[in-house]
Amino acid sequence: MSTRSATDIDPKHSVSVGLIAGISIIFMGLVGLAVGLNERILIDPILSLGYLFLLAVPLGAGYIAANETVLEGMQAPEKGTRDIVAGALAGLAGGAMVGLFLILLDTVDLSEKMPAWGDRLLDMLSFNQGVGGGVVVAALVGTVLGALGGAIHVLKDEPRRVIKIVIISVLSFAILEAIVDDVLGEIGLKPVAKFLYSKSGGLSVLPAILVGIVALGFAIGFKGKGDELKTRYDTMEEAERKQVNKYALIAVVVAAVVLPMLLGKIVNELLANVGLFVLLALGLNIVVGRAGILDIGYVAFFAVGAYGMAVLTTPEAPWRINDTLVHDIFGWLPVLPWLVALPIVVVMTGFVGLLIGTPVIRMRGDYLAIVTLGFGEIIRLLFLSDWLSPTLGGSQGIRNIPGVNVGVTEINGTKPQYVFYLVAVFVAIAIYISHQMETSRIGRAWMAIREDEPVAEAMGINTVTTKLIAFVTGAVLASFSGAIFAAKVGSTFPNSFLLLVSIIILVVVIVGGMGNIPGVILGAVVLIGILGGPKQPGLLAEFSQFKLLIYGALLVFMMLKKPEGLLPNAARTRELHIDEALQDAWLKGDKPSSEDEVATA
Amino acid sequence: MSLLDINNVTITFGGLTAIDDLNFHVDEGEIVSVIGPNGAGKTTFFNLITGLSTPDSGEILLDGESLIGLDPNEITARGVGRTFQNVRLFPQMTILENVMVAQHCRTNQKVLGPIFRTKAYKEEEALIRKNAEEVLGFFGTRLTGYRLNQPAFVLSYANRRRLEIARAMATQPRLLMLDEPVAGMNPMETAELTELIGKLRSEWGFTIVIIEHDMRLVRDVSDRVVVLDHGETIAQGSYEHVSTHPDVIEAYLGRSAGDK
Ligand SMILES: Nc1ncnc2c1ncn2[C@@H]1O[C@H](COP(=O)(O)OP(=O)(O)OP(=O)(O)O)[C@@H](O)[C@H]1O
Ligand SMILES: [Mg+2]
Repeated sequence: MSTRSATDIDPKHSVSVGLIAGISIIFMGLVGLAVGLNERILIDPILSLGYLFLLAVPLGAGYIAANETVLEGMQAPEKGTRDIVAGALAGLAGGAMVGLFLILLDTVDLSEKMPAWGDRLLDMLSFNQGVGGGVVVAALVGTVLGALGGAIHVLKDEPRRVIKIVIISVLSFAILEAIVDDVLGEIGLKPVAKFLYSKSGGLSVLPAILVGIVALGFAIGFKGKGDELKTRYDTMEEAERKQVNKYALIAVVVAAVVLPMLLGKIVNELLANVGLFVLLALGLNIVVGRAGILDIGYVAFFAVGAYGMAVLTTPEAPWRINDTLVHDIFGWLPVLPWLVALPIVVVMTGFVGLLIGTPVIRMRGDYLAIVTLGFGEIIRLLFLSDWLSPTLGGSQGIRNIPGVNVGVTEINGTKPQYVFYLVAVFVAIAIYISHQMETSRIGRAWMAIREDEPVAEAMGINTVTTKLIAFVTGAVLASFSGAIFAAKVGSTFPNSFLLLVSIIILVVVIVGGMGNIPGVILGAVVLIGILGGPKQPGLLAEFSQFKLLIYGALLVFMMLKKPEGLLPNAARTRELHIDEALQDAWLKGDKPSSEDEVATA
Repeated sequence: MSLLDINNVTITFGGLTAIDDLNFHVDEGEIVSVIGPNGAGKTTFFNLITGLSTPDSGEILLDGESLIGLDPNEITARGVGRTFQNVRLFPQMTILENVMVAQHCRTNQKVLGPIFRTKAYKEEEALIRKNAEEVLGFFGTRLTGYRLNQPAFVLSYANRRRLEIARAMATQPRLLMLDEPVAGMNPMETAELTELIGKLRSEWGFTIVIIEHDMRLVRDVSDRVVVLDHGETIAQGSYEHVSTHPDVIEAYLGRSAGDK
């Protein structure tokens, strides 16, 4: 086979990929994302979050432009200069487009229509070189990054893995700044933190390089060690594995107890929020991931949990003060402490789940999704309504909700560390419940229903009851979250329970890995922890106004590229990639063993 | 009284009368084969009994009690187990899980059992597991051992058919209905399954209705053969009787134009 020439590319493809990249960059600029995220420095002074986003585009474009689909039976095309050229061309096209945009930005003034239009955007896109220099620099940077993106194809697997680890490590250190800083400060290593992070935020250049080198060392030194450990774990004796699991559990518990002690208020607050969403995601995971019920009104149960707790534990709750029917009937009820109220709240939410679930559960697919969405909104509007406002406070909500009295102290929003502990306890309970249910008779029935509902029914499964159990279990887990939320925030407003919350939890479950407990937890930690919840800031607080844009983009990306999520459930992966799974099984030599099967296979 | 009694059952789909005023019965311990050309209404007949379709008129009685209007799961719970002509396993579930889940209507642990790991729950799980291994063991080593934890879709075609039967057995039926159990199997596998069907009655005590196109199997296992055509019984009796019946031959070979 002769070597391919560097010009063996599809210029039209490269250029169109490049132009799309250019449009993406301009879009990011015009919505204000580029400049907005420029405030957050990742590596001082060379890389901000804004630039990370901008520069990732031509890199990705180069990669895509140089990508060639290898069809089955086709020989994988040779990699080489050709990929770099294809990538560079895409980068150049994108850069040129940005260059044109710079000229436009300089000559026309549209700042009235578009607030992001202006000098700051121009400075950023031109790397402070003005228009003339900017055009040249944009084209240059685009070309170089595009070429780099194309060059990824040329790399062998091993260096690719190493580079990936190095980049992820450096970025993680930059993103986790708040946590690392807190921990180092608390264990008396303040000077190390000072050395790592610059005053204006972000890793300094030298430590960034050091982190990179250390990561490089680890990546090379521990090559294949992860797989090795996994095989060893997989081939262990049952008793030995149990032992290992026990140690792992102890380690996790110790970490969950000790880590928050080393962290400041802000980070603990963030962890507590993540925990609340982990709880919600675990609950929704049972409903959507296990039983296959697409519930888009899940926030309703979170709301009922929060309001239930507020109503029962608040001395000045509206219904106690105002002269209402509820007051007349329940006025004798004493103000309950959180722990006593919790079982009532759980039962109440479970009951609401039953009430909503009963009519809804017989529907299928899209209809069910729409109706649950409706119920979610109805619950919120009830809380908001004038009719119930003497009881539940209307838009004013319920305020001055007391915290959780646990004897030694009262857990409330001013002590995020304790809130985190409280949440952690309930997360542990939720994980236990999820796991026990999944592996039980009902869990198997959920799986069967998800796979083939009519057949499941023909095999003796009462699908209505079984699905209702999933729905109500999900509601109960959400009520835990709501109950803690009320005590933590100290107030509940209808506006805390928008449809958006349901959607974000759903995205968390999908991105994390539907049907898989560790996956769902990872999803919540990564998304809520870094991007932030609907109203809660994450580690990258600068995302705030672009959060939804990024959530949406992420969802689209995941659905296209990795529909099974970050940490997929084994069965779900097979479902989504069934052909590949069949092929793998066949290649692994999992061929029929007896002669008769060969005949019919 | 028969185990299953079907009296004057009719069902139409749009203009098509799939089952036309059908009468049918199965006695306890009998093996009855239902044969007939493609589109005769055999599968529809199964669907009516198992509650997947509801007849327009007529009655279906199991042990004297009507099955009409019951949900499919209730009918299964009353003791009717079935397989599907087009093999409908739960493909992503393991072989063991496929059979465990089919015992749903024979067990009752719900939420509190698994959460508090009660004694009753553990005992029930152990029983489910034991029953599952027992029905799978019915097919020798074909569905056991390392196969237990493989997803069902990796099975060969013949093994999928076997697993379908195992799954129906796991529902602990009195009446077991097999829709073309050997379709797609080679002669050796067919012979083997023929023998097993005999054991399903002698060792497991099931009463069996089989839809089958393989005439050798029909001949070897059936006490009685019922021939359907256009939703009507055109003949019934012993295999010898039916196989020489002129109407049956006509139904299979087609009518001459003059008769219409
Ligand atoms: N749900 C339905 N809706 C409309 N028509 C149906 C339906 N189910 C069955 N039919 C029709 O009823 C007739 C009988 O179908 P059935 O599947 O019972 O035949 P069968 O005897 O099982 O045939 P085969 O030997 O091919 O399996 C066919 O004409 C079929 O098209
Ligand atoms: Mg049929």
